[in-house]
Amino acid sequence: MKPTLLIANAICKHFGGVKALSDVSLTIRKGEIYGLIGPNGAGKTTFFNVLTGLYHPNGGELLFDGYKMRASAPHLAAQSGIARTFQNIRLFGNMTALENVMVGRHVRTQAGVVGAVLRDPRTRREEAGIHRRAEELLHYVGVADRANDLARHLSYGDQRRLEIARALATDPKLLALDEPAAGMNASETAELRVLIEGIRNDGITVLLIEHDVKLVMGLCDRVAVLDYGVKICEDVPAVVQKNPKVIEAYLGGSVA
Amino acid sequence: MMTLTLDTLKQDKRAAIAATVGVGVLLAVFPFIVGSTLGNSWLRILDFALLYIMLALGLNIVVGFAGLLDMGYIAFYAVGAYLYALLASPHFGLHVPVWVILPAGALLAGMAGALLGAPTLRLRGDYLAIVTLGFGEIVRIFMNNLNAPVNITNGPQGISSIDPIHMGGITLAKPLSVAGFTLPSLHAYYYLFLALALLIIFVSIRLEDSRIGRAWVAIREDEIAAKACGINTRNIKLLAFTMGASFGGVAGGLFAGFQGFVSPESFNLMESVMVLCMVVLGGMGNIPGVILGGVMLTVLPEFFRHSAGPVQQAIFGKILLDPEALRMLLFGLALVAVMLYRPAGLWPSTIRRREFNGEAGNAVKGGK
Amino acid sequence: MDIFVQQIINGLVLGSIYALVALGYTMVYGIMGLINFAHGEVVMIGAMVALFVIKALPGLPAFISVPIALAAAAGVCMAVGFAIERIAYRPLRRAPKLAPLITAIGISIILQNLAMLVWGRNYHAFPPIFPVSEHDVLGATITSLQIVIIVTAALMMAGLTLLVQRTRLGRAMRATSENPPIAQLMGVNINQIISATFVIGSALAAVAGLMVSANYSIAHYYMGFMLGLKAFTAAVLGGIGNLAGAMLGGILLGIIESLGAGYIGDLTGGFLGSHYQDIFAFFVLIGVLIFRPSGLIGERVAERA
Repeated sequence: MKPTLLIANAICKHFGGVKALSDVSLTIRKGEIYGLIGPNGAGKTTFFNVLTGLYHPNGGELLFDGYKMRASAPHLAAQSGIARTFQNIRLFGNMTALENVMVGRHVRTQAGVVGAVLRDPRTRREEAGIHRRAEELLHYVGVADRANDLARHLSYGDQRRLEIARALATDPKLLALDEPAAGMNASETAELRVLIEGIRNDGITVLLIEHDVKLVMGLCDRVAVLDYGVKICEDVPAVVQKNPKVIEAYLGGSVA
Repeated sequence: MMTLTLDTLKQDKRAAIAATVGVGVLLAVFPFIVGSTLGNSWLRILDFALLYIMLALGLNIVVGFAGLLDMGYIAFYAVGAYLYALLASPHFGLHVPVWVILPAGALLAGMAGALLGAPTLRLRGDYLAIVTLGFGEIVRIFMNNLNAPVNITNGPQGISSIDPIHMGGITLAKPLSVAGFTLPSLHAYYYLFLALALLIIFVSIRLEDSRIGRAWVAIREDEIAAKACGINTRNIKLLAFTMGASFGGVAGGLFAGFQGFVSPESFNLMESVMVLCMVVLGGMGNIPGVILGGVMLTVLPEFFRHSAGPVQQAIFGKILLDPEALRMLLFGLALVAVMLYRPAGLWPSTIRRREFNGEAGNAVKGGK
Repeated sequence: MDIFVQQIINGLVLGSIYALVALGYTMVYGIMGLINFAHGEVVMIGAMVALFVIKALPGLPAFISVPIALAAAAGVCMAVGFAIERIAYRPLRRAPKLAPLITAIGISIILQNLAMLVWGRNYHAFPPIFPVSEHDVLGATITSLQIVIIVTAALMMAGLTLLVQRTRLGRAMRATSENPPIAQLMGVNINQIISATFVIGSALAAVAGLMVSANYSIAHYYMGFMLGLKAFTAAVLGGIGNLAGAMLGGILLGIIESLGAGYIGDLTGGFLGSHYQDIFAFFVLIGVLIFRPSGLIGERVAERA
């Protein structure tokens, strides 16, 4: 069995009277592609936001790579090695594709004001490195030909891939993708699947929120199902598919 | 019509060198041209223009690069100016040398910036504007009233007879002899201010195209995404704010030494608004644009002041309308007009122009 | 305790005025998300027009000239408010927030200097048309004028609340401030509602202007700036976008400022005098925005990723 990367223990989050997450516990192992599914409003994105430090949980704890995580700020989560994409794509619209990915390198580089002004050899090496890595990542996700185009002029599918490239630029251990296949057609989804598998094969653990059942079942090693903020199942896809509670959650009634 | 930007100059090396040499020569002889054709009062205005350009460039880091709306920037100018006045004048009888006061002013202003920024930079844009405006006013009110029971700032009368800028026996208040050639005081100040302005321009250009510069743009575009990229938005914003403040502090010290006199009146809200307008109207985030804004908003009002009275006399035989009110009225109209027709400024950076013309910043919609 | 009651009374008067002006800010912010920087100048214009109308009718008793002055001031202010919205804010509705803010500053400057050109730089004395009758309250004095101010302000606030809660226009205003696109789908003419908001706010500003100049016996072209800033603080204190908040914030700020001015000498051992009165508002503003940005009774708005 592969070593664990992330353990979420009884995570709770509420907004006023609404309980978005109730005692959600799950375990993600290194090198897995782990799916998080559930009907709309189940709390999947809320979980992501807790994981990446955007929300503070009201209860429970997170253990990441052996360390108890106090991701009180999103940039700390990025530093620890958790990168994410957003359900509604959050690119830097008026920067080029290349620049977007270059910003992703921020967390692993250091040049400050002094370096910026003096442009000493070390800073220049770092800048060259940032440039290089950004170009590599654009190739990796397949948008290299659009490197100098503004992010907001890219096609929808390219924007999704660009966001992944930017997340990869942070050298994450865990890549959390929030509905990366949303709005994609069948061939784009197939390409995405290849990309995600490639990412996993390159040593990055992937956590995936998705609605495309076919994609999830075919791609993920294990899947957790949330419904109304509660985890109702966590297992391999084949088992989850047949779980009566899961079926009821999606279809709203038991299947005879 | 091709937009002239630093980018186009970078591409054609020979054109760039020719332009640099040409500008350099012009800058070097400019004070002599102005002095002999327009007289000393305009040379003084030129020197002030350079001070304002320094201020505008400092504020450009805050507003133009990092996108933080500071409407009380003049407070940092005031801090630098008053520090100089307190440390180098008969007021306390201290005469600390310039090369100590200016860095101290930068430091003190920077600290003030950090103190103000730490709790407030997370506020929404327009709230930040009002809070910084309030801060500017608080500083002015304190400067105006800290004359009792202990006289620190000498209240509304201000502090006068401030030591001119001098170093190692050479003072800029008197004509200097340089290589057998006599350089009048106003010219000497011009070269000093020009050198410092060029330094600030250099620093700004370097910052713009750097890891920090990119982080500032990222924060402007989408702060949440920026955080997800590992950018410590709080610290990076604070960095911009503090840097801008310290540049203001240096400019303030120079102002005190140059003018020889400081009073709270010089640091009111209108001054903050003016510097903000130099950045916004000139062209946010674009260094040449900001310089243009600085020059325009220093020179044009003076030009107006000199002519409004005589023009009215010539046409109507008397002064119908208070020239000062008229000048400010025209300024207000210009502000509104520029915002309606060229909201990114007259000469903005390309990315700022995009922000103002296209979808504003966040939430990228799937493009064609 | 000697000056406590007096300062409370002064605070209520000042606070009533702040409340009326704060309502204008909060309504515009609630509907457009915009700080109408020029609102303070509208108050000033109201004050100046009212003052000069009264001066132009010297023979008439107060209970005739004041309503006339009020009508004139309100008319002018409503026209100015309407014009500002149409000319300067409407075209910039979709622009990044910086543009309307700068425009508002520009309009503020224009109005101030127009006032200077029309009425001069001097401070103008308010004609002494009000009978000076004082009453004793718990050891302090309150004038009839002050009572009138407090009562009038209360009536106007009640009227506005009725308007917003019980009328069709008020419903439309509330809908627009909640969700403009949906309101439009429901048949609300957004442009009209926004104009109406500005006009109503400006009318209140006119009344406030008259009250200020009557209470302090002077008016001048620069009086709107500080007043506007403080009223905005009051709106934020109560919870911007919230009418009850603006009223509460206004009264509270007036009292804080009065008590502060009265006691600051004692509090700081003589170091700071009462000319520091203005900074109370600023400290309140900074404090509220840092510690409780939604204001006393405002809503908490969480940002969803």
